[in-house]
Amino acid sequence: MGFLHPVFSAIRRLFKYDPRFRFAFIAIACLVVFAFLSIFSPYDPRSSYYAPISQPPSLKHIFGTNGRGQDLFWLLTFAMKNSLIFSLEVALLSRIIAIVVGITAGYKRGILDQILVLLCDSFIILPLFPLLVFLKLIMRQMSFSTLAIVLALFGWPWDARLIRSQVLSLRERVFTYSAIFSGRSLLSMIFSDYLPHILPITLATTVNNMLWSLGFEITLSILGLTPLDIPSMGTVTYWAIQQQAMVMGTWWWLAFPIGLLVLLFVALYFLFVSITDYINPKARIISR
Amino acid sequence: MRAFFKYAVTRFLICLLVIFIGVTITFVIPRLIPGANPAEVVIRRLQMAGTYLPPESVEKMKEALLKLYGLEGSLFQQYLRFWKEFLRGNLGPSFASFPTPVIKLIATSLPWTVGLLALTTVVSWLSGTILGGIAGFRKRGLFMKILEIFANAVRPIPYYILALLLLILFAYVLRLLPTGGAYQIGLSPSLSWKYISSVIKHGLLPALSLIILGIGGWFLNMRNLVSAVLQEDFVDFAFLMKLDESVIFRFYTMKAALPPQLTGLALQLGMIFNGTIITEIVFNYPGLGTLIYTAIMQSDYNLVMGVTLFSIVAVAFATFLIDISLPLIDPRVQYSGSSV
Repeated sequence: MGFLHPVFSAIRRLFKYDPRFRFAFIAIACLVVFAFLSIFSPYDPRSSYYAPISQPPSLKHIFGTNGRGQDLFWLLTFAMKNSLIFSLEVALLSRIIAIVVGITAGYKRGILDQILVLLCDSFIILPLFPLLVFLKLIMRQMSFSTLAIVLALFGWPWDARLIRSQVLSLRERVFTYSAIFSGRSLLSMIFSDYLPHILPITLATTVNNMLWSLGFEITLSILGLTPLDIPSMGTVTYWAIQQQAMVMGTWWWLAFPIGLLVLLFVALYFLFVSITDYINPKARIISR
Repeated sequence: MRAFFKYAVTRFLICLLVIFIGVTITFVIPRLIPGANPAEVVIRRLQMAGTYLPPESVEKMKEALLKLYGLEGSLFQQYLRFWKEFLRGNLGPSFASFPTPVIKLIATSLPWTVGLLALTTVVSWLSGTILGGIAGFRKRGLFMKILEIFANAVRPIPYYILALLLLILFAYVLRLLPTGGAYQIGLSPSLSWKYISSVIKHGLLPALSLIILGIGGWFLNMRNLVSAVLQEDFVDFAFLMKLDESVIFRFYTMKAALPPQLTGLALQLGMIFNGTIITEIVFNYPGLGTLIYTAIMQSDYNLVMGVTLFSIVAVAFATFLIDISLPLIDPRVQYSGSSV
């Protein structure tokens, strides 16, 4: 496991010197532990009305119970687990597309490169939200995995462009020229020598992509366009809004999901920013 | 001039490609999914809504709908017909408010969305860029530090959650601003002060949420751009020449850092548009967002498709306009060809 050594030392250094990373690391670790707690849940996440409804936080129900008679603490462990898995699915799938497109464009250059860049730009501009709503409406039952695939099909272009520019700049480095003049093929270089340069950026964009897909999951859920019986951070919030938690005065029903969400989003964002700064201090943060 | 022409043509190609991809996705995906035949979806939804339909009229309706959606003939013929209707601006009738054409419903809600989008984008882009420029130019200062922390904290939160938090704070807790709508119920649109003030009061909260959310990104981007420009040699020389600091700020740093910021605006317009739509849904603002939301609620398939197609075209053209105005600010752009 020798190749893991630089990863560990990077984490140690970031943890020591970057307060943002420290915050993000601890917060995400806590949230992951929180998600893992779902294994020990005494309740089935799909069942409801097993507890008295709309109870404020107490010792028996730490986060209180919601208007559907569910214990919010245990419900949110499932929600966190499902949302994290969902965003990881989207991120991994779209990373594969981004790496393939980015490397192909940077490697082939010329006309194919221009076509791929044109394609990337068009996907970037496309207003995704109405399109997703439309797709959801016709596909009656769209499971979270299907939604993950659909989002992955739209989530790659920013990062493909980033990887492409990285490959293009690596191609002009001296070590590339000396390797090619010594008889190496460019394709084998891409996999053995370029990939280590590309992977850190890909890692940073993975985090960013998770943020983006979580945002869409929540928005679509709150509009009632995801499978509402499966707990996710979005669907829990959907039921709270749907059953007028604000008007009923059951503030904990909205406060805990939203609080956890904000914590998750801020932590992921800080993680992204600190990794980007670590890879390249001059790097501009690509938005999204 | 030839270089500009080439640049404009490339940009226009992207614009067309966006429309092509968007329309094709809207066309293809419903046909790929088994059991998602649009005509059947519509009829099923009508039946689910409790409307009783005798079998023969179901058949008749299906035929009419198949014709309407251009679902007869081979896939390629359908595709061509789809385009033909689309280019003629025929998006079909809305089902929930039959027989009003979809395009008419879009036209009534469009001004609200465009107004909100234009105002908030201009305000957040301008103030984010200017403040970011100042923050990058002068690294110290408590105010800028606070602004930076604020921008970092707000940026990752999705539109919906932030809008919801603002709604809870201003409308439910503080009770300062109305919870939704575009103007007070009972008022009819006119040029009176009462109506205009009502519009402003109702628009304040949605606009505020979009501005708060937008400003952070532009601020951080511009700050980074300006600090990068400050390391360039020509800025060093300007300082050595003892030029006035405000001159260096305006003409040496801000001007040089502006083009990427404008490109960013062009690239992010789609996302900003998404945000506007979501904000409208939260605040019940009568633009395209609310239109698409009620269309979801009423299962108005045609209306959702219409809004989708329309937004794709509108965003593509708006992006194109920003793109071709870019060379006016940065003469270098037109020579770099297709790369942004």
